[in-house]
Amino acid sequence: MRESCHLPLDLSMGYRWPAMLLSVTDLSCARGSAQVLAGVGFSVAEGEALILRGPNGAGKTTLLRTLAGLTPPLAGRIDCAPDAIAYAGHADGLKAQLTVEENLRFWAGAFAARDIAPALDAFDLHPLADRRAGEMSAGQKRRLSLARLLVTGRPVWCLDEPTVSLDVENVGRFARAVEGHIAAGGAAVIATHIDLGLPNARTLDVTPFMAKRLRSDDPFGGDPFAERVG
Amino acid sequence: MASLWEYANPRKFMTVSGALLPWVWGIAAVCLVGGLVWGFFFTPNDFRQGSTVKIIYVHVPSAIMAVNAWFMMLITSLIWLIRRHHVSALAAKAAAPVGMVFTLIALLTGAIWGQPMWGTWWEWDPRLTSFLILFLFYLGYMALWEAVDNPDAAADLTAVLCLVGTVFAVISRYALVFWNQGLHQGATLSLDAEQNIADVFWYPLITALAGFGFLFLALVLYRTRTEIRARRLKALIAQERMA
Amino acid sequence: MLGLLRRDLTLAFRAGGGFGLSLAFFLIFATLVPFGVGPETMVLETIAPGILWLGALLACLLSLDRIFQLDWEDGTLDLLATAPVPLEGVAAMKALGHWITTGLPLVLAAPVLGLLLNLPLPAYPWLLASLAAGTPALSAIGTFGAALTVGIKRGGLLLSLLVLPLYVPTLIFGALAVIRGAEGQDATTPLILLAGITLGSLATLPFAAAAALRVNLR
Repeated sequence: MRESCHLPLDLSMGYRWPAMLLSVTDLSCARGSAQVLAGVGFSVAEGEALILRGPNGAGKTTLLRTLAGLTPPLAGRIDCAPDAIAYAGHADGLKAQLTVEENLRFWAGAFAARDIAPALDAFDLHPLADRRAGEMSAGQKRRLSLARLLVTGRPVWCLDEPTVSLDVENVGRFARAVEGHIAAGGAAVIATHIDLGLPNARTLDVTPFMAKRLRSDDPFGGDPFAERVG
Repeated sequence: MASLWEYANPRKFMTVSGALLPWVWGIAAVCLVGGLVWGFFFTPNDFRQGSTVKIIYVHVPSAIMAVNAWFMMLITSLIWLIRRHHVSALAAKAAAPVGMVFTLIALLTGAIWGQPMWGTWWEWDPRLTSFLILFLFYLGYMALWEAVDNPDAAADLTAVLCLVGTVFAVISRYALVFWNQGLHQGATLSLDAEQNIADVFWYPLITALAGFGFLFLALVLYRTRTEIRARRLKALIAQERMA
Repeated sequence: MLGLLRRDLTLAFRAGGGFGLSLAFFLIFATLVPFGVGPETMVLETIAPGILWLGALLACLLSLDRIFQLDWEDGTLDLLATAPVPLEGVAAMKALGHWITTGLPLVLAAPVLGLLLNLPLPAYPWLLASLAAGTPALSAIGTFGAALTVGIKRGGLLLSLLVLPLYVPTLIFGALAVIRGAEGQDATTPLILLAGITLGSLATLPFAAAAALRVNLR
């Protein structure tokens, strides 16, 4: 039998480019029923970190929730392998009655990871392993919440203000964890206001994408009631 | 190509419903007045039930419309879930209070009719009880609409509730028959007409039924238009805030 | 997903988890009934099946808003939604966890309360069987209601308003099985219908609950 011609041609001609992990095209996001961002486009490849900047209320959180698949986009596309994104939001997602180790083991179980030791190492949580999360300080909880990212085993981290309540030393730990992650072929999209000290990180300011003015090509912003109804 | 779904666009819906509404109100008024006057004053008294039977011209149509309103909500909810037409979701929202009032009318007229007939205002008969439960479903549905801030989320959640509620309402209906065999008379109207009530009662009843149907349609159109305007107002306020 | 069940059970049994509150409510409810209707054995005997079923139902209802509310507030639900576990599975496990911590203790405690209310002897097997067959449906329906109202502040009352009408068929068949048992009749038919409702709820409602959760998370 004759071999059929497969349509998706291999254009790379054998050369291996750094794989694109996440690519966003002309994305519009809404918080509630209000459009907050429009026309967002960027891409993140293996080994890249992207810092999102913008004033409060610009829509960084909404963008990250849209990337994580929690909020459906109004328009545009997100190209990403399924189950590639690990999301960490403002809330820590910890149970006060469980110990550090139990909290981490639960998430390791949910993401089918076996070993939690590297995660405990990365954020120096070994001394706290048997402490209940309810008895820890906000910064310690934050470290545990970030350690969770290491047990997800997912390549793209989407982090919303990850350094809130961390001291300088632990911001350093976090930066090293991100560096280790992207060096191992991962990527990260991080909304933050501080300088993380990541040397190779790119910065994306979301201010130009804020849906401040109604644009002429999309006067309704996804809301059918923005049009005159008569 | 022109399709039915064009009318799901808010503006198109406003134009068409605005033109239709006076006619629907008119037909409803003619049928209601005609059917009720005919029924109340120009039909003979029933030889067993006396003049109390005349409440049938309100009771039966409102009971039928109470159930049909829920089915209309079910269909519009499905259209919203599948095709995401906002007007459809708003029509479901608009129909709920109307259906609830019809349910209430059916319950009250039933009690007024039942008192002289069975000697009691209320009887835990399957048919009566299922209308009471339908009333509770309407209450829950409306309360959920009120409780959720984001209109699209409210539409989604109430649509899912409507779907699940329909299944459970039907199960309840059969569970109630199993629970207590009733004393309510069997269905008065059916299409295979042999056991139907006599023609003298039948024609005014059908007229009143048409009147209630058009009244329901008019009220739902009217309320949907109000909901659309409310959403339009919300959108304007949001635009104002952003600019 | 079993990890989620294990975690929920651990949380329920640790301090502040609220395990046992529903059971205590059930006991208090059954104790208060004779104060309301009088201590005559004849009266209590006739109403005992209904009271026991109503008590179990209300005790279930009390703990429903905890099913998702705590996970919603501390962000766990966001993270679960992005984890490689289907939300349908999460909802099913939550319902199972609720049944183990609430429904199962009620089933086991009901015969004791039956003694307090003079439940006739032949009714006991039917009481156990009908509660065992019916309380999973209460948990599954309740989980759906909890998923609908998770985003609403102080949604507890609304939750009751939404869930109670859905409980009607379960209550009817459950109580009917015990009533027939108390009269010495065979109650297989209502029991089978009750089991049918339970199986139907368990098979379909996790999907509806997951749909509601997705809406509430966005």
